[in-house]
Amino acid sequence: MKDWNYRLAEQRGLILAIAVFTAMFAFYIAKHPAGLTANVATTAANKGVLLALVGMAQTIPVVTSGLDLSVGMVFVLANCVASKIMTGSPLATAFGALAVLAVGILCGAINGAVVVYGRLQPIIATLATGTIYYGLALALRPAPGGDINTDFADAVSGSLPGGIPASLVLLVGVVAVVWIPYRRSVLGRAAYAVGSSEQAAYMSGVPIATAKFLAYVLAGLFAAIAGLLLTCITYSGEASAAIGGSYTLNSIAAVVIGGTSLFGGSGGAIGSIFGAFVLRTIGDLLFVFDMDALWQPLFLGAVLLVAVSLGSFRLLRIKNRLELYR
Amino acid sequence: MLAGIVKRVDPAVLAVFACIVLLLLGGSLYSRNFLSPEYLLQQLNVAAFLGIIASGVMLVVLLGHIDLSMPWVVTIGGMMSTAAAGWGDLGAALAIPFGIVCGLAVGLINGLGVAFLRVPSMIFTLGMNAIAQGLMVLHTSGFAPQDHATRTMHLIAVERSILGIPNALWIWAVVGAAVVILLKRTAFGRRVYAIGNRERAVYLSGVDARRVVVACFAVAGACSAFAGVLLAGYSTKAYQAMGDPYLLPVIAAVVLGGTSILGGRGTYLGTVAGVTLITLLQSILSVVQMPEAGRQITYGALIVAMLLFYGRERLQH
Amino acid sequence: MDDMRVAPLFRMEGVSKRYGGVRALEDARLDCSRGRIHAVLGENGAGKSTLIKIMAGVVQPDSGTMQLAGRPVVFRNPAAATAAGIVCIFQELSLLPDLTVADNIAIANPPRRYGLIDRRAQRRLAEAALARAGAEDIHPLAPVKDLPLSRRQMVEIAKALAQDPKILILDEATSALTAADVAKVFAVLKQLREDGLAIVYISHRMHEIAELADDCTVYRNGGFVATFAAGTKSDEAIVEMIIGREYKSVFPPKPAAKPLGPPALAITELSWAGQLKSISLAIRPGEVVGLGGLDGQGQRELLLALFGVLVGVTGKVEVGGKPVAVASPRAAKANAVGMALIPEDRKTEGLMLPMSVRDNLSFAALERFQQFGLIDRQREAAEIGEVIKLLQIRCDGTDGPVAALSGGNQQKIVIGKWLMTKPEIILLNDPTRGIDVGTKQELYQLLRRLADQGAAILFYSTDYDELIGCCDRVLVLYDGAIARVLEGGEITERNLVASALNLPAAHRHGVPLASVAQAPA
Repeated sequence: MKDWNYRLAEQRGLILAIAVFTAMFAFYIAKHPAGLTANVATTAANKGVLLALVGMAQTIPVVTSGLDLSVGMVFVLANCVASKIMTGSPLATAFGALAVLAVGILCGAINGAVVVYGRLQPIIATLATGTIYYGLALALRPAPGGDINTDFADAVSGSLPGGIPASLVLLVGVVAVVWIPYRRSVLGRAAYAVGSSEQAAYMSGVPIATAKFLAYVLAGLFAAIAGLLLTCITYSGEASAAIGGSYTLNSIAAVVIGGTSLFGGSGGAIGSIFGAFVLRTIGDLLFVFDMDALWQPLFLGAVLLVAVSLGSFRLLRIKNRLELYR
Repeated sequence: MLAGIVKRVDPAVLAVFACIVLLLLGGSLYSRNFLSPEYLLQQLNVAAFLGIIASGVMLVVLLGHIDLSMPWVVTIGGMMSTAAAGWGDLGAALAIPFGIVCGLAVGLINGLGVAFLRVPSMIFTLGMNAIAQGLMVLHTSGFAPQDHATRTMHLIAVERSILGIPNALWIWAVVGAAVVILLKRTAFGRRVYAIGNRERAVYLSGVDARRVVVACFAVAGACSAFAGVLLAGYSTKAYQAMGDPYLLPVIAAVVLGGTSILGGRGTYLGTVAGVTLITLLQSILSVVQMPEAGRQITYGALIVAMLLFYGRERLQH
Repeated sequence: MDDMRVAPLFRMEGVSKRYGGVRALEDARLDCSRGRIHAVLGENGAGKSTLIKIMAGVVQPDSGTMQLAGRPVVFRNPAAATAAGIVCIFQELSLLPDLTVADNIAIANPPRRYGLIDRRAQRRLAEAALARAGAEDIHPLAPVKDLPLSRRQMVEIAKALAQDPKILILDEATSALTAADVAKVFAVLKQLREDGLAIVYISHRMHEIAELADDCTVYRNGGFVATFAAGTKSDEAIVEMIIGREYKSVFPPKPAAKPLGPPALAITELSWAGQLKSISLAIRPGEVVGLGGLDGQGQRELLLALFGVLVGVTGKVEVGGKPVAVASPRAAKANAVGMALIPEDRKTEGLMLPMSVRDNLSFAALERFQQFGLIDRQREAAEIGEVIKLLQIRCDGTDGPVAALSGGNQQKIVIGKWLMTKPEIILLNDPTRGIDVGTKQELYQLLRRLADQGAAILFYSTDYDELIGCCDRVLVLYDGAIARVLEGGEITERNLVASALNLPAAHRHGVPLASVAQAPA
């Protein structure tokens, strides 16, 4: 019985995010003129999963108390690479997909190397590497366009028999195959340890450098998967700084709404998935309420600020003001 | 005498100045124009906009915080001042202060959120950036506002009224001098550095750190908005997302200038150097007619390289 | 003594370590053998902590060798030492606050299945380790950040045991524990000795040493003094070795007459969050009042409560006869109150280490130097010069960073910073921790001089000798309440220890340790 209390307390942020999302989505579906058709679900899922994957990418560096401001640009780069090489025979398409993931991993490895071995602050280092990745994307795709194997794209962005969106299955697959094993691995725990207290982690013999490096590599991988999905949805590639920038910023918002502390050491990617879904549903809600889409950025900002400010209620419980100051 | 000055300057700042000289010399091999006074003044005119934003952002970074609301506060500055100009003569007269005050208000909210609600500045200012964007988007679509810069805005951003030096450069000089005095000669400045080093010690020294934090964010908001006013004057109109291209250059300029992103360390001279370097870098990359893609790659790679060269954290443990 | 020379499990020879210009350890030696508890004794700053950090791979020695089971070893990081079977329980905790107790206990080498962490096995391991440490009351799934300090310390011990060490090092591991926990830990340690572990035990509580140790090694001022078998030397002799001869006349004479007049600071029934319980005290100008007791009985909280740091403090505080409400350090510093607090940790609470001597010294008093909004730098420099002279701070000009100074000089800067505010009431939170003997002596003189000039001083120290030597009166705290007030001749080590453990006061026969230390040889 007591075990459950502790497990629930540990997942409080996640549970809250799930609850908020469920309420919002139920409301959305109830108000939607068409109800929950396969089409509505797939459109909503595709949008949500894109941001969810980028949010997952952001989560891992944040857990180590770092940050990756290049996730959006890796996402854009992967999109442009995919729109170049994922054509032709199924085999060629499959190799193309692997190459896209490899590009993401490479970008992540560069970030990791610069942050861990180059000892640069993640915020400025990844802002700069993000510019490089954007430049590469632009070199590949000076103008929007390109192509992708249509069968593959339809399979990934469409819906399965029974109306289940394929992208949602992809997301669940990524969680099951990458995130959960990582979370339970020694290096996954090391990431939490480093974020919680780097000094104590060092004293406890935790492999700090490897854990941080891997965090950025996985961020690159997740962002690349998202880029792949974007290509499948749009059938093309576009090197857009605006898309990259907004995905980076929204990924941070998704992480925070999903209950992961920006100070590191707690939270997780599953929370960020629901954080991302919450953010995406805000836009949908505006639509069913017949409000102008122009209200969306304002609502996004307000929801984000309210979400993070709610955390300030903990201040009321503080008995020793020294805890407020680093 | 000179050696004494050189000794007291942060080696990082000297390195940036060395890079500036190298860039100019390298550029002059490509075209003689790079060393002409006209070209340099033109670059400094553009650098002034970046420099004014960087002045405020630097204060926030010195505290150990960051201001990610800067892009849309710049836009607010531009759009609100031009909008005010559309409200008749009084509006036109008050256009510039009105734009600045709007930015100051956003900065004030940033500061209150960070200092009193203790929300990490990165996420709070990110949220304020979205709100600022939301407000501007609604403003543009709902009110169809006037977006043309006033005569005065154009005057202070482009023209050269005194000694043939761009007015924007004079303004940057005034803002810069104010920041230098603030940082070097006032109790407030000492507190800014102290908070960046150890906020807990500041609190236990009987200083209300929160007020200092709020004030710095407010100044940063005002500076960004002022730069937005100037940018609107420079390009004769204000438009959405006009601040977006400035985020990386500003943070890069501040950090390259030797200000620690963790706070507590940095000089304004370094920021001036960083701003100049970034502006020249952007200018040269565009002058040599490299395609946009190559420019972005070179730009990012050079920043990483320069940071790796001297901007590393010291090893802990 | 000979049997341990035959085949020590671990031997350290000629090890030295410097931090900047400061000698932390010089030519250190240590032998540990299986099935023995080796006590390392010494004052704060004697080099004990550096010694064990080197053993545990946290810092690397500048010179010297270490051997494990006869083979030379070098530990490049803590993981290497752990792998070799040397596990250390540090004074500053090495726990990860956001992780659960079980995660922490298994952090170094979690049980794995198919390459992933096996949480059930980890849970069993954690439960076993907690049981072995006698801390079954701690839930393995509780996050460490929610545990009180004494429980965290027990988790730390369980974590060390879970790593199945050959050599276990405890650095002041009992300082935060309750008496019941200390008894449990001792039982565990004795059992581990039976099991054949080599244990290195660092403490400056003599009775703990007497109960546990087989061998003792004394360090002083970063240097090795002697190793001997426990029981072969009297307590008096050991104390003499620990503190050295020069310690004799360090304390300035106390004034014969008690200061009269109204109290500068009077508090009545002060309580806070169950950790301070109805504390009342009054300090007159010219008095030095000590706070004693075991570490962690509410002494720090009392000082923080007075200084306006704590929220929800009840009770009455009067300064100069007038009731005051101090809700922040800023209010405490204000002229109407005139309080100063020399905080516990100078590096994180007292100083901005990378900033200059000047910036640090004038920081709390900057308001006084403002003129038309600017700092009057001449006046600032003049006053800083005076303080540097008064405190004999050894620094090369005032532009250099405080980080480059020695611990003693850094502490003087913290004190100097507060003297510049001209305080009437001075609160000190263990100000002599980790500073050299010479500086300590200067501080004792300074405290008395400040008192003579009319300051009221409240002084918490973990070092009983200081309380005995400096204070006119000592309040011994136990569990957040005043257990006993000792005055004048009653302030003896025996009485301090007895009241700290909340035992009935000891009679004043027998030889109190500290008075021996101060007696002429």
